[in-house]
Amino acid sequence: MKVYRRLIIMEEEKNQIIDEVTRSEYKYGFVSDIEMETAPKGLSEDTIRYISAKNNEPEYFLKARLKAFRHWQTLEEPDWAHVDYPPIDYQDIIYYAAPKKKPELEGLDEVDPELLETFKKLGISLEEQKRLSGVAVDAVIDSVSVKTTFSETLEKYGIIFCSFSEAVQKHPELVKKYMGSAVPYSDNYFAALNSAVFSDGSFCYIPKGVRCPVELSTYFRINAANTGQFERTLIIADEGSYVSYMEGCTAPMRDENQLHAAIVEIIAFDNAEVKYSTVQNWYPGNKEGKGGIYNFVTKRGMCKGVHSKISWTQVETGSAITWKYPSCILLGDHSVGEFYSVAVTNNHQQADTGSKMIHIGKNTRSTIISKGISAGFSNNSYRGLVKIMKNASNARNFSQCDSLLLGDQCGAHTFPYIEAENQSSIVEHEATTSKISEDQMFYCNQRGIDTESAIGLIVNGYAKEVLSKLPMEFAVEAQKLLSISLEGSVG
Amino acid sequence: MLLKIEDLHVSIGGKEIVKGLNLQVNAGETHAIMGPNGTGKSTLALAIAGREGYEVTSGKIIYQGKDIIGMAPEERARAGIFLGFQYPVEIPGVSITNFMRTALNEIREYRKLPILSASEFLGRMEEKKKLVEIQNKLTNRSVNEGFSGGEKKRNEIFQMAMLEPTLSVLDETDSGLDIDALKVVANGVNTLKTKENAFVVITHYQRLLEYIVPDIVHVLYDGRIVRSGGKELAIELENKGYDWIKKELSLA
Repeated sequence: MKVYRRLIIMEEEKNQIIDEVTRSEYKYGFVSDIEMETAPKGLSEDTIRYISAKNNEPEYFLKARLKAFRHWQTLEEPDWAHVDYPPIDYQDIIYYAAPKKKPELEGLDEVDPELLETFKKLGISLEEQKRLSGVAVDAVIDSVSVKTTFSETLEKYGIIFCSFSEAVQKHPELVKKYMGSAVPYSDNYFAALNSAVFSDGSFCYIPKGVRCPVELSTYFRINAANTGQFERTLIIADEGSYVSYMEGCTAPMRDENQLHAAIVEIIAFDNAEVKYSTVQNWYPGNKEGKGGIYNFVTKRGMCKGVHSKISWTQVETGSAITWKYPSCILLGDHSVGEFYSVAVTNNHQQADTGSKMIHIGKNTRSTIISKGISAGFSNNSYRGLVKIMKNASNARNFSQCDSLLLGDQCGAHTFPYIEAENQSSIVEHEATTSKISEDQMFYCNQRGIDTESAIGLIVNGYAKEVLSKLPMEFAVEAQKLLSISLEGSVG
Repeated sequence: MLLKIEDLHVSIGGKEIVKGLNLQVNAGETHAIMGPNGTGKSTLALAIAGREGYEVTSGKIIYQGKDIIGMAPEERARAGIFLGFQYPVEIPGVSITNFMRTALNEIREYRKLPILSASEFLGRMEEKKKLVEIQNKLTNRSVNEGFSGGEKKRNEIFQMAMLEPTLSVLDETDSGLDIDALKVVANGVNTLKTKENAFVVITHYQRLLEYIVPDIVHVLYDGRIVRSGGKELAIELENKGYDWIKKELSLA
């Protein structure tokens, strides 16, 4: 099952988990009935009080939410991104819905055949297919027991990995201290909205000197897929620690919520390293561009300590509209920020994505590798800022932004901004735009490879530099995903 | 008969390049097609492989008893037709190993053969690498990326060895090669030659034919085969040059 593929665990723990899972026979049940609770439609201070009360939050938390809300009310929705969508009616959205239990289907033959086809291509096991599409199964993996084994492993190392709401209750001092320190509520329109109405999310703390032995994945949090449209993640890596964190899933995610505005914050102390990998495959809308998720995310890492390092790696294939710029603030001397991205747009998808690297400390280094792939009628933009502050002596940045066009109806755009205030810094920017040439295609065809597979092959080759940064299991799935996302893009 | 081309006419962008060409190749044979530049040698090769834009306006290309005109290039390849490119293209980021594995799997799937396991595939790679004298480091690199002229051609021969085609058309595979690389190419062809397969070697120079001994040599001129003969024809061409053919044709 995917759970296994997802993990690089020390062998012994892996076996332990496998044992546990195979032994447990529906002992705890899958997900117990969850009552459906929904806040009234629309956004007001009452909505926020409701959400805060539901999460049983302390008073200062509610105050922070209200502050964010009042600030949000003074803001205008930004329109600088190279995307186009009808105005969002923020009063027509339900801001709090407790996890819904999906309707259970009798068997896979009741599932959308298109979805099943995609599962098949991704190589997802039958059991997992059932789980993902909400079919009742007997032998379904018991996520409670997996979670327990998993948590025990983490506990041994003093690692905290829990839902955000749990962290608010159990680790208020950490949450209070670091929430909003990388992405303040006042950062931007969607960050303010999230700060006001976020429902839940993930929290992670790695203690001093601990190298987290497993890839942390949101997959292991029960109901993680249902934390709703306003997620919030906070990762704190204490001195000398290391963690690799994986977000998302290659399986297609259907969601009724159209607007997703998440926040991810990472804080890295002296000599700490955080690798954050994302595979985003939200529903992109249909071929005519109807429906699909608006994915407006604020992700930022704070390299607070000396020699700290934060890497963002993302494979973005889903969503109707993507608006996200995972960034690093390089505060600590010798700190390192990295951004590796593959963004695929097909049909009528629109993506405006890139990174910001803010060099504040001395000898700070950053790398941006962005690979945009556009097909169909889509628009794919890279937007990035490299900023070298006055005191950032010997700062270095290297940016490479490549665009690959499939077909002649799509667009690729690059908006790089560079602001350097320190004479000793070196900033390099390279950009290319290319097409899959007819010669390449014919060469593949002549070796017996059909056009669709050839595109998959060439696109994966093109994105290799980024894919190689992903954790192994993620990389394999991401490769398949790239091919599938571009199916039918060349006639 | 493996390949039978009848009165083939091929146009590119409305301009006729191949003008009524006939050719017959039996299994077990090696044919050399020679001729001056711009007479339609590459056009013939690409028309056999089914390249888009090479429009067959009339005539037939019968391969294994079936007219392949209208078949997609990948279908022709899967049926056993291999083209050794004059200018092999670069595919950045795609390793030769991965490229060959994809190709071989698709070909095998088409022929309803089981997909090779990773170890079977790698075993085959090792075997063929030895056969065509290709270094390990070459197959770990991206397809043709940053390859020298000689490396590109070696790679073509290696791929031919891997895919085990029935009909191989080598389009000036010898051009731009030093003598060592030329020997590798020739050696590859000689080693891979069986009673069941056939080679059509297109070349501008007689040089390659010192190492690959053809059964039949054809001279292509102005879109037609104007002369066919044994290997001595190649030597005659080398000695007298193509002008000799041109002169004879204009006199006739």
